[in-house]
Amino acid sequence: MTGPTAPPGHDTPSGTSTPEGARAHARSQAGTVVEHMPTVPARAYAPVPEGIDVDALVWAERVAGGGYTHRVVGAGTTLRLTDLEGDACAHLLLYRADRPWERLNVADTVKVQWNAYLGVGQLLLSDQGRVLASIVADSDGHHDTLCGTSSRLRNEERYGSGAAQGPSPAGRELFLLAAAKHGLGPADVPPSISFFQGVRVEPDTGALMWEGAAPAPSHVELRAELDLLVLIANTAHPVDPRETWSCSTLEVLAWSGAPTAPDQWPATASPEAARAFANNAEDLVVRSFR
Amino acid sequence: MNDPLVDVVVEARAPWSGIVPAGGTLTIIDLHGNQAVDFLAYLADDTTERYSATETMVWQGSVFLTTGSVLRTHSGRPLLTVEDDEVGRHDTLGGACSKESNTLRYGHHTRHQHACVENFLAEGARWGLGKRDLVSNINWYMNVPVEASGALGIVDGISAPGLAVTLRAHEDVLTLISNCPQVNNPCNGFDPTPVRIIVTGP
Repeated sequence: MTGPTAPPGHDTPSGTSTPEGARAHARSQAGTVVEHMPTVPARAYAPVPEGIDVDALVWAERVAGGGYTHRVVGAGTTLRLTDLEGDACAHLLLYRADRPWERLNVADTVKVQWNAYLGVGQLLLSDQGRVLASIVADSDGHHDTLCGTSSRLRNEERYGSGAAQGPSPAGRELFLLAAAKHGLGPADVPPSISFFQGVRVEPDTGALMWEGAAPAPSHVELRAELDLLVLIANTAHPVDPRETWSCSTLEVLAWSGAPTAPDQWPATASPEAARAFANNAEDLVVRSFR
Repeated sequence: MNDPLVDVVVEARAPWSGIVPAGGTLTIIDLHGNQAVDFLAYLADDTTERYSATETMVWQGSVFLTTGSVLRTHSGRPLLTVEDDEVGRHDTLGGACSKESNTLRYGHHTRHQHACVENFLAEGARWGLGKRDLVSNINWYMNVPVEASGALGIVDGISAPGLAVTLRAHEDVLTLISNCPQVNNPCNGFDPTPVRIIVTGP
């Protein structure tokens, strides 16, 4: 190879002054394990919670406080979110995978089910009268449908920064990035829900009351009832009263399965649920042209 | 008061939209009492900046709207402030009725009844707004309590004929209204009625 003579110490194959050297340096990093990363393939993930079949895992990832993740999952997939250390807050948005203008509608979710709070058996509804996901397990019930996620302005005022890459990322900034990777823009990011930091309403005044987190570890399991695009942002809840931003690791696991059948819980939980699952079934049969 | 820019009666079940100029006011008058008025707002110059129920609730620390409430976008930016409210409580949680959600709430026999989302889509299209631009809306005059158990529902209203709510715009704001046509719950007293809209300049 011709060219200028490299300085002493930089002309060996492991040096990064040449493309071959830079490649060797890059490849030497393979196998690095850090606390917050996706495990690929998912079945190599450890430790796996009791009762979970590691060989069935299709998604295994630990998201740091301030991080985000996103995937498209097939109908029937169970998505398990775990607050490992007691200070995670998983903000969630769901969309129909092949038609993202149908998406999570929080107002329909609470009013159709006559309930302001999320728990086992609750359905996450789209704006089109269909079930996107059902909550099939919930260890502690500290969740929120009211407050959405944090904004850049409010995080700047409270913590000094709200940028996605900064020390106290706003949830909306993280969602905008995740959404953009699926061809979606700001108009596609509606109010979201969150898990693991509870907020309740004082009935007489309507005041928002902070409950905070349940003791760790706590988890929820969501069953995708349709093919879904899932966006998750892990960052402090917008009503978290603490003066400094704080958020701990979120574990994301998923495994394949079947959507809820019409005669199976939670489709049987209420007349509204029954009609939502019936709407799902109608839509799927028609679209498969059987 | 200056001559109003707009002073109209919106028919029962109908939509309305218009721009409230910065510093101007929008007044809604519940002519017949307990008529739900579904409401969305956008920055006139950039409709991706739109009213956010969640951001509004987070900044004010409560779920009900009344005098003093600041209606904000998802970025925290103030759009409108409730300058005067004669009712005491308006809803941020219930959203807009739709043909699709009606099938869940009441049954498929309601699938072809008129609904607020239809109004929002039809009227919004005049301004280039589509389905993606519809988010959780305000329901003026609608009463949606949340009980300690978490039970939430639309119940009999607390408004009365002639009660008004007045908003002042911080910037040029595009407002989108559906005079709710719902007849399956108490939000309109089971009888959708007209409302009056008055817009003034700064």
